[in-house]
Amino acid sequence: MKHLLDFQGWSREEVESLLDTARVMREVLERPVKKVPALQGFTVATVFFEPSTRTRTSFELAARRMSADVVSFAAATSSLQKGESYKDTLLTLEAMGIDAYVIRADAAGVPHQATRWVKGAVINGGDGQRAHPTQALLDAYTLLEALGSLEGKKIAIVGDILHSRVARSNAELLPLLGAEVWCAGPPSLLPQSLLGARLTPSLEEALEEADAVMVLRLQRERMEAGLINLEDYIARYQITEERLGLAKPQAPLLHPGPMNRDVELAGPLADSERSLVTRQVQNGVAVRMAVLYHLLVGRER
Amino acid sequence: MRFKAELMNAEEMRRALYRIAHEIVEANKGVEGLALVGIHTRGIPLAERLARFIQEFEGKAVPVGMLDITLYRDDLSEIGHRPQVRETRIPFDLTGKAVVLVDDVLYTGRTARAALDALMDLGRPKRIYLAVLVDRGHRELPIRADFVGKNVPTAKNEVVKVKVAEVDGEDRVELWEKEGA
Repeated sequence: MKHLLDFQGWSREEVESLLDTARVMREVLERPVKKVPALQGFTVATVFFEPSTRTRTSFELAARRMSADVVSFAAATSSLQKGESYKDTLLTLEAMGIDAYVIRADAAGVPHQATRWVKGAVINGGDGQRAHPTQALLDAYTLLEALGSLEGKKIAIVGDILHSRVARSNAELLPLLGAEVWCAGPPSLLPQSLLGARLTPSLEEALEEADAVMVLRLQRERMEAGLINLEDYIARYQITEERLGLAKPQAPLLHPGPMNRDVELAGPLADSERSLVTRQVQNGVAVRMAVLYHLLVGRER
Repeated sequence: MRFKAELMNAEEMRRALYRIAHEIVEANKGVEGLALVGIHTRGIPLAERLARFIQEFEGKAVPVGMLDITLYRDDLSEIGHRPQVRETRIPFDLTGKAVVLVDDVLYTGRTARAALDALMDLGRPKRIYLAVLVDRGHRELPIRADFVGKNVPTAKNEVVKVKVAEVDGEDRVELWEKEGA
C-alpha cells in the first residue's frame, strides 16, 4: 500500500493490520507523554483545497504525535486564489521535500491525480463526494471497539447518502470486515446504486435489528437546492429514541460531525451514553497515526 | 543460514534465569518496589519466568509489563520494510520503581537504548536495570547489562537464536552462521 485513496484493492488483512497498529496508537494517546519518535525526520503536508478544521487538526495532531514535521497549506490563504493549479501547488510543496501529503479537495479525483505528480505518499482527506477513507477507518475502529467484531453485523447509515463521501467509504470498507451496510434516506438523497450497500428509502427497514446506527450530517445547501424540505426530513428521518428502538438494544450511535442538533439526530440522543461521537474523534487521531506509520515507514525515499 | 552450535539447553537456561532472579533480588535488597518489563517478543516470557522464580523463593509477586520498542527504533526513516507495531502494556505505575528490563539477546545495544527512551516516556522509574539471557558483544552504544545469563563471544556474521517454550515450543539457545556473509 503506497497511498490511501480509497479501499479499492485493499485486502481484509491489510485493513486489520492497520487497525491493529491504531490500537497501539490509541494506547500511546493515553500515556503521560502522548508522543513517540517514530516519524522523526519525515515531513507531512496537509493540503486543503476545501476548508475543514476538524480533519486537518486531527491529521496535524496525528503527525505531531508521531514526531513528524508538519506544514499546512490552506487554499483560502494561498496562491490558489491567485489562479495557481492543484498541480503547481503540489509541485511547489514537492520541491520543499514533503514525504506525505494529506489532500482534501472539493473535486473528486484530485488525490488520485496527485499520485502522478508527487513522489511522496498521498492520503485522501476527502475528495468531493467520492471518498473519505480515514473517516471510514475511524468509524470501523470505533465500531470494532463497541461491537467486538463486524462479522455479520448490520450497520445502518442514515441521511444524505447521495452526497456523502463518508457513506461511500464506509460502504466500501465495512463489508471488507464482514459487515452488512444498509443506507437509508429520502429518495431525493439516495443514489441509484452504491457499491457495498443496500439502499432503501425506508428508515424502518434500515434500522430494524441494526447493530449500530451512523447518522450523517444534513447539508443545508441541499435544502436551498430544493432537494428536501427540512420539516419533512425531521418528521420522517430524524433519529429519535423511539425510532432507535427498532435497532438492537444498546446499538451505538455514530456521527462524523459536525452535527446539526435536532435535525438529523434528536438532541438528547446526541449526548446519551449510546453516542460514540467523542470516541470517534479520539480514535480519529489514533487511526491517522497508524495510516502515517503504514505509509511512511519502509517507503523508498 | 547454517547451524553451528547449541549454546544453552533447557536446563542451562533454567539455571541461568534462576541465578539472575536471585541476583536481581540481591541487587534490589528484596522485592520492594521491584518491577519487571519484558521487551517483545522473547523478553516477555523471560520476564514472566523471572517473576515466577522470585515469587517462589521470596513469596511475593513482582509486577510484570510488556514493552514494544518499534516506535522508538532509530532506523525507521531508513529501513526498507515496515516492522509490525505491537502492544505495550505496563499495568502498574513505573514512577519510583526499580525496573528490570528483560530481553533475550544483547547485541548492538540499540534495542536497549530504544527501551530506555520508551520507559522514560511511560513514567519515571527510580532506577532501571538490564537483564539479558545472552550477551553476544559488538556494542554500538555505551550500554551494558546488569544481569547476564551467558556471555558468548560471537562473530558479526553469526546469529544467536533464543528459543523459548512459550513462543517456539522449546527452550534452547543456538548459534547460527549467515551464509555468504
